[in-house]
Amino acid sequence: MSEHHKETFLTKYVFSLDHKMIAKQFLITGMFMGVIGMLMSILFRLQLSNPGESFAVLEFFLGEKWAPGGVLDPNIYLALVTMHGTILIFWVLTAGLTGTFANFLIPLQIGARDMASGFMNMLSYWFFFAATIVLLYSLFVESGPAAAGWTIYPPLSALPQAIPGSGLGQDLWLIAITLFVVSSLLGGLNYIVTILNMRTKGMTMSRLPLTIWALLIVAILGVLSFPVLLSCALLLIFDRSFGTSFYLSDIIINGEALHNTGGSPILFEHLFWFLGHPEVYIILLPALGIVSEVISVNSRKPIFGYKAMVGALILIAFLSFVVWGHHMFITGMDPFLGSVFTFTTLLIAIPSAVKVFNYLATLWRANIRFTPAMLFAIGFVSTFITGGLTGIILGDSALDINVHDTYFVVGHFHIVMGLSAIYGMLAGVYHWFPKMYGRMMNKKLGYFHFWVTFISAYGVFFPMHFLGLAGLPRRYYTNSAFPMFDGLSDINEVITFFAIIGGLVQLLFIFNFFYSIFKGTKATENPWGSNTLEWTTPVERIHGNWPGEIPTVERWAYDYSKPGADQDFVPQNVPLKEGETEH
Amino acid sequence: MQLNLKKNKASKQLLWIGIVSIVMFFGGLTSAYIVRKAEGGWLEFEMPVWFTISTVAIVVSSALLLFAAQNVKAGKSGTSLLLGTLLLGILFSFSQIQGWGDLVAQGVYLTGEGSNASGSFIYAITLMHLLHLIGGLIALTITTIKSKIGKYTKDNYLGIHLVSIYWHFLGLLWLYLFLFFTYS
Repeated sequence: MSEHHKETFLTKYVFSLDHKMIAKQFLITGMFMGVIGMLMSILFRLQLSNPGESFAVLEFFLGEKWAPGGVLDPNIYLALVTMHGTILIFWVLTAGLTGTFANFLIPLQIGARDMASGFMNMLSYWFFFAATIVLLYSLFVESGPAAAGWTIYPPLSALPQAIPGSGLGQDLWLIAITLFVVSSLLGGLNYIVTILNMRTKGMTMSRLPLTIWALLIVAILGVLSFPVLLSCALLLIFDRSFGTSFYLSDIIINGEALHNTGGSPILFEHLFWFLGHPEVYIILLPALGIVSEVISVNSRKPIFGYKAMVGALILIAFLSFVVWGHHMFITGMDPFLGSVFTFTTLLIAIPSAVKVFNYLATLWRANIRFTPAMLFAIGFVSTFITGGLTGIILGDSALDINVHDTYFVVGHFHIVMGLSAIYGMLAGVYHWFPKMYGRMMNKKLGYFHFWVTFISAYGVFFPMHFLGLAGLPRRYYTNSAFPMFDGLSDINEVITFFAIIGGLVQLLFIFNFFYSIFKGTKATENPWGSNTLEWTTPVERIHGNWPGEIPTVERWAYDYSKPGADQDFVPQNVPLKEGETEH
Repeated sequence: MQLNLKKNKASKQLLWIGIVSIVMFFGGLTSAYIVRKAEGGWLEFEMPVWFTISTVAIVVSSALLLFAAQNVKAGKSGTSLLLGTLLLGILFSFSQIQGWGDLVAQGVYLTGEGSNASGSFIYAITLMHLLHLIGGLIALTITTIKSKIGKYTKDNYLGIHLVSIYWHFLGLLWLYLFLFFTYS
């Protein structure tokens, strides 16, 4: 019985109910936003390495208004930093990453024809699309886009008259993020229900691939934490638009005292970071899942410590709800409370170390195939360690106070969260591209992409730790206003140089991606010799995934190089041989 | 049949997980209330009587809906009881708006000179609850019409079941908010 049905251009590519097409919509929108976010970072990096210098490229992109004479205007600098963070965190690494791989992999890997609700799934994408349009529109309004940072701390975000970016740009930002949260909730609800109800026969929870475990936990995190962001934003909207005083108190603008009394910006921080910290793991966990799968397949070995991997995911997710205070050590927090948050934060090192250990143990004496996907997966392990180590410093309140709000923090979170998640996403794209488009991506370009990205990304973020230790504050428009930082200008030039190289090489990836969709070599059904169910579907995309019956699952997903097997992988739908025991 | 059961289970789960996220939303708002109150400068005032009327209306509406669902399960019509639930839901909304009027009459404002976070919180939180309830009213209206045209049978009453779960939840949520505002 085939579930496939006739499709028109509109129902196939635009208002598609097919989870695979929706995944591609998320991926391509995410990539598009990724390019914009990356370009923004290069524009403001030019100002940071060469303060006050004129660049034709700035004037080209920002126009006479925001870059008069090719020099970046301070207001647009803040706006660019804000939009870079917003786009990368929410649009690329949340929707682009989870939206793509949850939609693509959940039905395929659990053996379902589609999501529990295809309609909700489609709605999830179109809410995301609407959010994207609103956010992009805000780039073009008279007063410029939001400029209060992606964390939108009040009072900057709560007083429309504060700076140009606090006006219409901030309103549009709030509308965009509300649409975004609705999209995430619709998606997340669907992912959870699909995983819990639609698994094929034999696909018990203990046989789920780790990608699905990670995506399930991410969806639960999203459902629990995004509503709190909404409640936080709601009160902010009341303060902005209706003049309430939830976050505002005793403010004087141009000599005129506002009526607001008794509000507390710290309250905002508590609410915000209650979402904000789980959000870090909403970004990271899908990458952890993808990397587990890619490393196991390309090591031709079962993932080491499957149950420990699941346990570590659950523990990380749980802990992510009790550590938000570590973003607020310098808000005048009671030192005892600070030590509690230090303790819970450092606990995260345990499940994280379990994961790293298991990745290394899987790689140990493996028959490794260095595909581009595998390189990015190993790159992930590298950044997860280097970025994680500085997390121990920042998680400790006594140490954090010294480097809080410096480039040390910027270096830390870009490596552990930004790079790791991007590497996970790229590993996923290289790995599942043949299943998405029925063709292979060019391997040589993939290798070139990896090595240049890997070197330039460390070139950007590693030196930032030294800037931070030297005391250079983040978010400042210029580094040249204080003589004590003059000696750091060379480091800033190096960072910008690597940022430009790293940015350019992503264009090569995008070329490879789109070229391969049309001209790549044709893929076979299971090019990587992988065990999971998606590789039992035909190369040709059909709505319903399998032309005949859905396969049943007979074993876990990691029977690689199993003694006694005919080849070095045994797909999940192959029954156990007589006398064969499950792993 | 098997597929239908699976779908029913999935729809219920969807609703429950949705409810969990609504709980987190109101959890965020009420914990903000507690944190802000602890900082002092907090205006104390009486809860309007209209809010008590709201409470009675929503509790009775929940009871009617319970009987409506039982009737449908027993193969009888639930239309009139559903209609009763709907009307009480409308009464609830009306009493909320009256309650806000009472608050203004007491000098408790959402915003502007003389407003205080304690009042702003009440307006913001009750407004959010009312918006969720309006969603419930729309669902109830559809369910009542479907019941009237005989769409539900004793083997097929998923719609009533789902709307019941949501409506009882909204009732409990209101009870929580009402007690929270009165005693916290």
